[in-house]
Amino acid sequence: MAISLDGGIPSGSIERKWDDYKFSVKLVNPANKRKFNVIVVGSGLAGASAAATLAELGYRVTMLTFHDSPRRAHSIAAQGGINAAKNYQNDGDSVQRLFYDTVKGGDYRSREANVYRLAQVSVNIIDQCVAQGVPFAREYGGLLDNRSFGGAQVSRTFYARGQTGQQLLLGAYQALARQVRLGNVELNNRTEMLDLVVKDGVACGVVARHLVTGAVRSFSGHAVVLATGGYGNVFFLSTNAKASNVTAAWRAHKRGALMANPCYTQIHPTCIPASDDFQSKLTLMSESLRNDGRIWVPATPNDVRSPDQIPESDRDYYLERRYPAFGNLVPRDVASRAAKREVDSGHGVGPIQNGVYLDFESAVDRLGREVIEERYGNLFQMYERITGEDPYKKPMRIYPAVHYTMGGLWVDYNLMSNVPGLYVLGEANFSDHGANRLGASALMQGLADGYFVLPATIGAHLAPLLGTEPVPTDDPVFRDAEANVDAQVHRLLSVKGTKTVDHFHRELGKIMWDHCGMARSAESLDEALTSIPALRDEFWSDVRVLGENESFNQSLERAGRVADFLEFGELLVRDARHREESCGGHFRVEHQTEEGEALRNDDDFAYVGAWEWTGEGNTPELHKESLTFDNVALAQRSYK
Amino acid sequence: MDLNLKVWRQAGPDATGRFEIYPMHDVSEDMSFLELFDVLNEQLETRGEEPVAFDHDCREGICGSCAMMIDGRAHGPERGTATCQLHLRKLTDRETITVEPWRAAGFPIIKDLAVDRSAFDRIVEAGGYITAPTGAARDANEILVPKQASDAAMDAAACIGCGACVAACPNGAGQLFTAAKYSHLSLLPQGQPERFTRVVSMVEEMERWFGSCTNHGECEAACPKEISVNFIAMLNRDYVKAQFKNPALSGQRH
Repeated sequence: MAISLDGGIPSGSIERKWDDYKFSVKLVNPANKRKFNVIVVGSGLAGASAAATLAELGYRVTMLTFHDSPRRAHSIAAQGGINAAKNYQNDGDSVQRLFYDTVKGGDYRSREANVYRLAQVSVNIIDQCVAQGVPFAREYGGLLDNRSFGGAQVSRTFYARGQTGQQLLLGAYQALARQVRLGNVELNNRTEMLDLVVKDGVACGVVARHLVTGAVRSFSGHAVVLATGGYGNVFFLSTNAKASNVTAAWRAHKRGALMANPCYTQIHPTCIPASDDFQSKLTLMSESLRNDGRIWVPATPNDVRSPDQIPESDRDYYLERRYPAFGNLVPRDVASRAAKREVDSGHGVGPIQNGVYLDFESAVDRLGREVIEERYGNLFQMYERITGEDPYKKPMRIYPAVHYTMGGLWVDYNLMSNVPGLYVLGEANFSDHGANRLGASALMQGLADGYFVLPATIGAHLAPLLGTEPVPTDDPVFRDAEANVDAQVHRLLSVKGTKTVDHFHRELGKIMWDHCGMARSAESLDEALTSIPALRDEFWSDVRVLGENESFNQSLERAGRVADFLEFGELLVRDARHREESCGGHFRVEHQTEEGEALRNDDDFAYVGAWEWTGEGNTPELHKESLTFDNVALAQRSYK
Repeated sequence: MDLNLKVWRQAGPDATGRFEIYPMHDVSEDMSFLELFDVLNEQLETRGEEPVAFDHDCREGICGSCAMMIDGRAHGPERGTATCQLHLRKLTDRETITVEPWRAAGFPIIKDLAVDRSAFDRIVEAGGYITAPTGAARDANEILVPKQASDAAMDAAACIGCGACVAACPNGAGQLFTAAKYSHLSLLPQGQPERFTRVVSMVEEMERWFGSCTNHGECEAACPKEISVNFIAMLNRDYVKAQFKNPALSGQRH
């Protein structure tokens, strides 16, 4: 299929693009908005804010979420904060600087125009959230407080204790709840989208399964919005919530939407290491700990002495040694790879030697225990709850874990995929973070997309549809999609094999982490490209899913998601194999500087790699959207 | 360690439930309570028995999905801790652990340990918001919020909507959840215009679903975010005040 990947970037100077675009885009008049039905899938920051805003504008919205309540979406777990170019601290911040930091932090693999727009609307997000009653941290005079975050030299992060994601999501959820009460949004909870419906090349609805009754139902609309989050759980162990999955995006991909840059995955350096085989997920410890903690490992491999028995002379503070300028505060990707190197060379600590120490002893000596308690008390408590170790007495053990995925469905400047009528927001799209996301930027992007971008751009698709009815749900395209969903559900139930769904998910996670994790090589990736299809075949011949479709069947839910991960994982590896460079979260061992840092290849790879599904068993086809940098000069990142 | 899990099994909302006892051998003290259920479910499935249904998601104590009565206590014995953050090392003194779903008329059982908490959504829909359509907001720093007020609002806003307060209450009352949301919004300057209409509509919706509060205080003891019952006092006070308020005069300062 010939697909032209046109990002649809408006012409003109980067400062004027968004304003000019908003003036040029077609509008739907207020009285006509109620004639359009928009389906929003996912109720996290992007989905809830989009659904609420579209309903406020007058559109009829149908919201689907697989959670029991929209408030449970995984945005709720974000801790640190949200960036905005308010310059309330008078420290030299500006839209231009947030734009620049984001492009650079993304290792020059994002679209300039999208990032600039993101920086522009960031200031409106804070206004909006405060108006809704989000209880951001304040100074005594009543003004908003800010803090700094990795990858920036200004304080532009707004926060609500360690629960910023929770408070922002509740703000969006409450706005959504108001619209539900007003009858502008039809809320469908415990409802999981399992197929996208496309008629004559245009998205016209979705098919979903009710998770309690098993009933399969079609939803028809003038546009479909996916805000279904990232795919970090392809690694099984990640900081994502257990139910986070790629299914909605993947099924849309199989209906024609391109999947862009799936190999860009972010590994967060400060997570609690896995403790055993029963480990179900990993827990993130806020990055802010690196402000006062010192990271070290024993200088001699396999040194199993207790940390207090290891004298200074036998310790290696490897980040301070290798990066004297940034020390323990190097960016996420650099810190993660350095930890891996230590553990791989036998310097790991803990019962199964899979971590490095994050030590607060010198900070306590310098600042006193009270100050440390005030700054990190809740984090220390969380650590103790999980590990049973007291970090005031014994250094924390940390290790990197999968945290966020920058790749996702390809979208243009309007946030519309290559399938007309299908929009993709938040972590589910590939748009703004390039190859690496900066801290406190995920919340910003989710809310920018939902509150401000989509409500302005969706008119371009809807206005020409005025006077048309949505495709009726008894149309053959819906019937086919329902049959497709039914068939898959029954196929899963009929295998009746011997191994559980979790077994396969774990096995896939191991392959992904070992062969396509923090360090990737042609050899390891080739191996994964053989072992994933083999595991997938085994899944379809030996998975055991008990129970029936017509009940609340959580194994069946998970089976469908793992089946999709088994296909998607292969694409992720293929993308990593083809990208012969290292950039951001994608590190190919063949492409590094003499000091072991990521080495980009701008001549050959300054493009978005968007993959097209070509059918079961066929090799996907790669399409390229080249990236041009007119406003930021490409440079090698250095943190020495 | 070895222990017996005594788990409530119920095939559906209208089915008859029963306890089943599952012996668990050689489980690690470092395991979380939900990981214990993961292991149990793997064992059940391998034996060809249907796994135990239970709601869970983030496993970091923030999404509010998990909900288990553990030996008669909502979220178990550790204070300020949701089920997902409870680890077996806190339960080493027990031979048998009884696990039940939330028991409250307002939370009908879906299956096994999973219940329907959508009544909470209805209460928020009734008034648990500040009307502020997107785009109309003024600059964030034009609204001054004293730090103490903002901190108090955040204390209430920390609610994760898990429903432990209802489950722990002998009356199955929804006061602590409702009061937490109400107080979060009504302590802030932005929440003042709708304050008295909000309290009436939220309380009335709450009463459609839940029992009445008689000040036992079990809710605060069970709350994984340790939200104070003082917020219930604020809810009650404003509810009474609202009966004497004429909304047409609410633009007046005093």
